[in-house]
Amino acid sequence: MNEEFKATNGSGYNTSRAGARTGSPAMGAQLAANSLSKVLLLGSGALKIGEAGEFDYSGSQALKALREEGIHTVLINPNIATVQTSQGVADTVYFLPVTPEYVEQVIQKERPDGILLSFGGQTALNCGVALYKNGTLDRYGVRVLGTPVEAIINTEDRDLFVKKLSEIGVHTIKSEAVENIEDAVKAAEEVGYPVIIRAAYTLGGQGSAFCDNEEELRLHAANALAFSNQILVEKSLRGWKEIEYEVVRDRFDNCITVCNMENFDPLGIHTGESIVVAPSQTLTDTEYHKLRELAIKIVRHVGIIGECNVQYALDPNSEDYRVIEVNARLSRSSALASKATGYPLAFVAAKLAMGYNLYELKNSVTQTTSAFFEPALDYCVVKIPRWDLSKFKGVSKQIGSSMKSVGEVMAIGRSFEEAIQKGLRMIGQGMHGFVANHELKFENLDDALVHPTDSRIFAVAKAFHQGYSVDKIHELTSIDKWFLYKLESIYNVHRAIDEYHNFKDIPSDLLLTAKKKGFSDFQIGRLVTHGQTDPEDAMLEARAERKRRGINPFVKQIDTLAAEFPAKTNYLYLTYHATEHDVEFHKDRRSVIVLGSGAYRIGSSVEFDWCCVGAIKTIQAEGYRGVMINCNPETVSTDYDMCDRLYFDELSLEAVLDIAEFEAPKGVVVSMGGQIPNNLAMRLHAQNVPILGTTPESIDSAEDRHLFSALCDKMGVDQPRWRELTSMDEIYDFADEVGFPLMVRPSYVLSGAAMNVVSNKSELNHFLTLAANVSQKHPVVVSEFIVDAKEIEFDAVAQNGEIVAYAISEHVEFAGVHSGDATIVFPPQKLYVETIRRIKKIARKVAQALDISGPFNMQLLARDNDIKVIECNLRASRSFPFVSKVLKIDLIELATKVILGIPVEKPNRSAFDLDYVGIKAPQFSFSRLAKADPVLGVEMASTGEVGCLGEDFYEAILKSMLATGYRIPTQKKILLSSGPSKAKAELLPICRQLIKNGFTLYGTRGTTAYLLEHEVPAIAVGWPDELTSRGNAAPNPDSSMLINALDLIRNGEVDLVVNIPKNLSSTELSADYDIRRAAIDYNVPLLTNVRLSTAFLQAVCRRLADAPIQIKSWKEY
Amino acid sequence: MTAARLVLEDGAVFPGESFGAAVSSAGEVVFNTAMTGYTESLTDPSYAGQILAMTWPLVGNYGVPPHLLENGIQKFFESNQIWVKGLVVSEYSQQYSHWNAVESLSQWMEREGIPAISGIDTRALTKRLRERGTMLGKIVVDDPAGKPQDVEFYDPGKVNLIAQCSCTEITEFKPEQPSGARIVLIDCGAKNNILRSLLRRGATVIRVPWNFDVTTIDYDGLMISNGPGDPQMAEETVENIKKAFEKNKPIFGICMGNQLLARAAGATTYRMRYGHRGHNQPVILQGTHQTWITSQNHGYAVDPLRLSDDWEPSYINLNDGTCEGIAHKSKPFSSVQFHPEASGGPRDAGVLFDRFLDSIRRQ
Repeated sequence: MNEEFKATNGSGYNTSRAGARTGSPAMGAQLAANSLSKVLLLGSGALKIGEAGEFDYSGSQALKALREEGIHTVLINPNIATVQTSQGVADTVYFLPVTPEYVEQVIQKERPDGILLSFGGQTALNCGVALYKNGTLDRYGVRVLGTPVEAIINTEDRDLFVKKLSEIGVHTIKSEAVENIEDAVKAAEEVGYPVIIRAAYTLGGQGSAFCDNEEELRLHAANALAFSNQILVEKSLRGWKEIEYEVVRDRFDNCITVCNMENFDPLGIHTGESIVVAPSQTLTDTEYHKLRELAIKIVRHVGIIGECNVQYALDPNSEDYRVIEVNARLSRSSALASKATGYPLAFVAAKLAMGYNLYELKNSVTQTTSAFFEPALDYCVVKIPRWDLSKFKGVSKQIGSSMKSVGEVMAIGRSFEEAIQKGLRMIGQGMHGFVANHELKFENLDDALVHPTDSRIFAVAKAFHQGYSVDKIHELTSIDKWFLYKLESIYNVHRAIDEYHNFKDIPSDLLLTAKKKGFSDFQIGRLVTHGQTDPEDAMLEARAERKRRGINPFVKQIDTLAAEFPAKTNYLYLTYHATEHDVEFHKDRRSVIVLGSGAYRIGSSVEFDWCCVGAIKTIQAEGYRGVMINCNPETVSTDYDMCDRLYFDELSLEAVLDIAEFEAPKGVVVSMGGQIPNNLAMRLHAQNVPILGTTPESIDSAEDRHLFSALCDKMGVDQPRWRELTSMDEIYDFADEVGFPLMVRPSYVLSGAAMNVVSNKSELNHFLTLAANVSQKHPVVVSEFIVDAKEIEFDAVAQNGEIVAYAISEHVEFAGVHSGDATIVFPPQKLYVETIRRIKKIARKVAQALDISGPFNMQLLARDNDIKVIECNLRASRSFPFVSKVLKIDLIELATKVILGIPVEKPNRSAFDLDYVGIKAPQFSFSRLAKADPVLGVEMASTGEVGCLGEDFYEAILKSMLATGYRIPTQKKILLSSGPSKAKAELLPICRQLIKNGFTLYGTRGTTAYLLEHEVPAIAVGWPDELTSRGNAAPNPDSSMLINALDLIRNGEVDLVVNIPKNLSSTELSADYDIRRAAIDYNVPLLTNVRLSTAFLQAVCRRLADAPIQIKSWKEY
Repeated sequence: MTAARLVLEDGAVFPGESFGAAVSSAGEVVFNTAMTGYTESLTDPSYAGQILAMTWPLVGNYGVPPHLLENGIQKFFESNQIWVKGLVVSEYSQQYSHWNAVESLSQWMEREGIPAISGIDTRALTKRLRERGTMLGKIVVDDPAGKPQDVEFYDPGKVNLIAQCSCTEITEFKPEQPSGARIVLIDCGAKNNILRSLLRRGATVIRVPWNFDVTTIDYDGLMISNGPGDPQMAEETVENIKKAFEKNKPIFGICMGNQLLARAAGATTYRMRYGHRGHNQPVILQGTHQTWITSQNHGYAVDPLRLSDDWEPSYINLNDGTCEGIAHKSKPFSSVQFHPEASGGPRDAGVLFDRFLDSIRRQ
């Protein structure tokens, strides 16, 4: 028992049970020690929509729990940018695809005693179930730890699930499992429209959709059947509340619910797409505990050991409920629940899987009380999804039962208003909260309220603005009125502040109320100045005024027990609903603040979290206190174990200034978390916050296009020619000067992507009149676009302007594919020595000129040894974890030391010493984004990446592409449409090789003609819009009655589609688009780049000719 | 908006805003860490004499349900009135939203004449109570002229709260489907859900006043309810329980019932520094792996050291090792410090009612 507590709350009673602690010789520990020496954990692979950073966090926690027991841990995860695949987390790491084939080979080699399936999302779970079903686990005597596979199957198969729950009288949604479209129609008629359909065994609600009628059903059912051979037709409960519980159970049947959560958006919107509040706000005690009791009953009946998520629909007009689903694994929700409560769910689940009792484990926040308890929160948590839908052409902005968001933030406050306004700022899409934003236009406001889009919350704000009542908004949205009343109160404060024109006139009461309702200094500044002042100045003025009045935030702890017990927690947030701080501040300049990366988004995700975690570790190792600021619940950096202090709060100028004032740190590190902290550098510097590493002025010189260009000119470093232009005439003149194609970046975008490449004048006109706008106020940056150039990444660390370590890597694709979407090879395999020499020279000049101290990255183009710099960032880049891990030199550790002012030695190991190849490949989530054109361009579209190692280029590329969902075309049937004649010529050699290897090539008309002309046999197919036939007659290229390309794809008659787009702009919807989209919708691997296609197919041919695939762990390279 | 403040006996003052009744009130300040259940807590007689501070910051969200009777008992409340002397919250939800709500929390408290205060840093308050112990306090509300209407501190520890909360007459409650068991419930300030839990299981309940000599009537089982304050105030009840031991009929005590039963079995009780009040208190049944999350509300606890040899401690609190229940080694007498009837809070321990009725059936 806890002596400290005994002295404070009661005389207590000393039991015979010696204070059970983690690792104490209790029953569970013995079980673990006796029978487990090596455990395999499956990761989730690349980040994708529906499966993102949360599994890095879960897996890292589980590995920590295992290692604490002295168990040798083996991890399979090709996601090289994760923290879990870093040195010191798992004992052995394999950067291999999480597929039954590869996992079996690792099992064969490693012979683990146990396997953990529930820490790597649906990917790991599906792979584990497959290994169980095909007998692999049995064959090698690998025990599944935690929830038994039978129980997993019972929750995954909807039919079994419904049966299982009805055994204990628990209501589920009436659901019919069907295997074809006709049965789906019949089932829908039985349950009555509207219905929802979902595909079994998929992640994040893939393939699920609402159908109001038979026509919609037929369409969506066909799509869902492409992902799974079983689909479910259910009655729709749109408008019901959606509530989740996170349940933990040990093998002795002890159960707790760690957290419940309520969706702000009613049922009908996937929980990953919904604003979620923890704990529930609108449930009475009876409702809360009725659902809690049921959750425990379900978890016991199913037989979970570890962690489980139960989702309910709750009638807003009675206590009637349905269980929506049960996830027998760690999930996005469980990561959120961990962060929301401070309860380390994954860590505890791993311990329970080893056989511990829940009550033997300690609450890791208090360190004294038991882990068998349910957290009491004394703050409110709001999760908000982050969408990047504007990055994709043709994607609907509507959100629904299938997930589209790419990231999320979590905001903490002591009122809902405080939390939600923080959260709306954190998502980082230019919004400043619920109100005081730039005006959003809604063509039809009622429609925007009824049919939710990624900006519905702002439609609600607009509705208040237009005088809609809470009742009316509720009627249109079904959002519970409690939430709407709270939003209305924000709106009302906004109205009150809007009355003032001078900061001095605002009553202090109102100012404090505004801060309590989550208004930022920026919002207040903008409202009071009515847009007459520069918003940044207005913000600083508002800030100065509130500080003069002594209105400051307070720092509160998250301690899991609502202050009932003393806690040593370092998990903190800021609030205005307080009168005292929970912590003391050292103010001794021994703290270093690291700014995190915020919400994961396209272009910034787990790789920056890896950088932040690495930086914090180094800061601590060097004897400083590491203070982390971040707001993303999917990260490892927001695990309070990772740092000395965690501020789970905004990465805004205001919050960082507040925290810096409290902490009085040695300085702030802005170069690890990607672009968000980088953008704060100058602004923090202007407020006298010390920035560590490269000076803010230098950062600005690299960020500012004009300054950087001038610098390059001065150094004699070449850049593609560019100009910032304000009229069409100027643009035409520039086009005449440098020639097409051109890269065009408008500063004001009407719709779609912000950047585009245009190949001729008509495309240019089309883009700048339809999609964007050019004017004095909205200049356009136009750059020369160099075709057939190699793109090169230069990642390095410099100290006082001198490069200490660097890594050069090359793209497989030619320039024109965003570096985040490119396939990257390290060390480079095809660069001239001369090119490398020149790049190093340029980099040295840049590092010196900008006096860089810390990490930096340059992107360069090379054509015939002619090198041009296209970008320079004085911060860590997306490729830092990849090159660090391939090179086995931690560039972040090195950079952090430099930033702290510690002299470092140049590592005596270089890329030339490597006798293996690393390849980083992008992961796309097009299957989640209905109608998006799955083609690569200058705007990034990938949601994640993998990095695999191989003995040579071909082995590495094969592994990495298999790890992102490509499959070896075992049917040996490929559909080609090779686009422009240049691409046709470039693909010819690989086509010959494919034929030699026994492949059948189908081609669209032009492609087939070209191939036949060059004596490569090919079968012509019709374009999607052609009149074609499925007749039995032998296909004839001259006949107009050909097999339609789409039919080939739909019927799974080809196992790879190569479709090279005709132009660079990727704007037009065409027959090409139909082919690409069909490949995505029917889950047929698709390649759209000539060079990548060639590389992949060469690797495939070699593999089919029995080229070996090495099963080697990271340390074996 | 009427100004108010919470004044503690150690001199601390927390300014805030008044809601509920605009009257000043004094009592003993305690905190509860539950995140739901204000209607249940406010009508729980165990809070008599106390000013209740909620650590969960958002209160009033789902309003207040209607006053409906079911089997002669308030359907949605734990008794017929609000028992707390005042309520302290961080933020009060001016508007509520729930299908079963008929009025706001403020309206209800106003009708019942009980004050509440919002805008308090309840976390700071909780830490203070945790460190210095439960203390006296008062909510002082401004009068319409803006002048604070001060009141004296009031120490509920000096009065017999059990007598105040107990019924004064014997009442019989009949279940819809009687199973035959007749249970006498000693009402020390019983929560309605104890009654409901017994009735739902088919028992007939005879509710008697706290000092009623139960040996004077015939029953199959004896239930000793929860109740407010210091168990030492109810020595009469302890004596009656001792007499009841002779009857050898099953006895089950909850909360105050646990403390009174323990005293009857020779143990002592003591005042805790700040007690257990919340929905997340973990307990374990000694000698087993069986644990529950329980609902609790008590400021006194049993020190089982001097329990007579026939008795043993049963449940203990996993957080602090305090005694959470006792049981007779051979006879069907037992009690728990926590609330198996829940309402509010988790229902893990509801099975104890079944076990009690089973023990009656086995007689």
